[in-house]
Amino acid sequence: MPIVLFRVDERLIHGQVVIGWGHHLRPDRYVVVDDELASSDWEQDLYRLGAGDSIADFCTVDTARERLAEWRAESKRTIVLTGDIRTMRRLAADRLLDGERVNLGGIHHGPGRAEVLSYLHLTDEDRHDLRAMTAEGVSVSARDLPDAHKVQLANLLRG
Amino acid sequence: MSSNPQVRGVIVAHGAMARGLVDAVRHIAGDAADGLSPLSNDGKGPAQLKEELEAAAGAGPAVIFVDLQRGSCGMAALSSCRDQARRVVLSGVNLPMLLDFVFHDELPLDDLVERLIEKGRTAIAQPLGKS
Repeated sequence: MPIVLFRVDERLIHGQVVIGWGHHLRPDRYVVVDDELASSDWEQDLYRLGAGDSIADFCTVDTARERLAEWRAESKRTIVLTGDIRTMRRLAADRLLDGERVNLGGIHHGPGRAEVLSYLHLTDEDRHDLRAMTAEGVSVSARDLPDAHKVQLANLLRG
Repeated sequence: MSSNPQVRGVIVAHGAMARGLVDAVRHIAGDAADGLSPLSNDGKGPAQLKEELEAAAGAGPAVIFVDLQRGSCGMAALSSCRDQARRVVLSGVNLPMLLDFVFHDELPLDDLVERLIEKGRTAIAQPLGKS
């Protein structure tokens, strides 16, 4: 079983992911794709505390793009996380995630962000990136927890 | 809080839990609950939560109580302790631990933390034993 979830969540490895989704999907490994975190041992150690018994790996977008096929082929059940939409779009570029589903799980309010759902706030750039991902074959929807209502991208981008 | 508090207490928890715990402390211990600041992660990203936590903890000695180490509250608390030797994170917060804190916040931080861990652990019990 390869990659069981692609998720955008600015909190990365945290309760909803490890307990909510983790209980549902039973991952062996979390892969955090983040150019800054990939070079911060101290922050990686913090996130590993949150991952519990599962493996937590950290890599840049470039490395993730190189290793994606390997993760898909392995038996380890893997959740791939990015902290923002732009990073997921970079990962998906050139149809690398064609046919995959991306889950939007948590982007909170901040400068330039408008509320779309209680747990999802988007900038104009985010909307542009989401459209670009779908044009490259990615199915995008929002859902904070496995048993929550799934909202398709078309509904997120209305209005 | 004690008459000469030396240590601040901040509770960082999911949803309304932190506010509820402070409310429970106030019901039992009255104004001693003023030594505790509640903070919820509700609707907050990591940067905002950490910023609010830093403000609540201040520059002096502080105990950051969190509900769940493996969560955004625990992550924000641990992250805020970088280069802060006078700030300690305790996970698995419970009411007996907080009640003990508000009456002993004049103690040196290390002594206080050791005491709170003991109080929190011994509070988890099966009073009547196995049935």
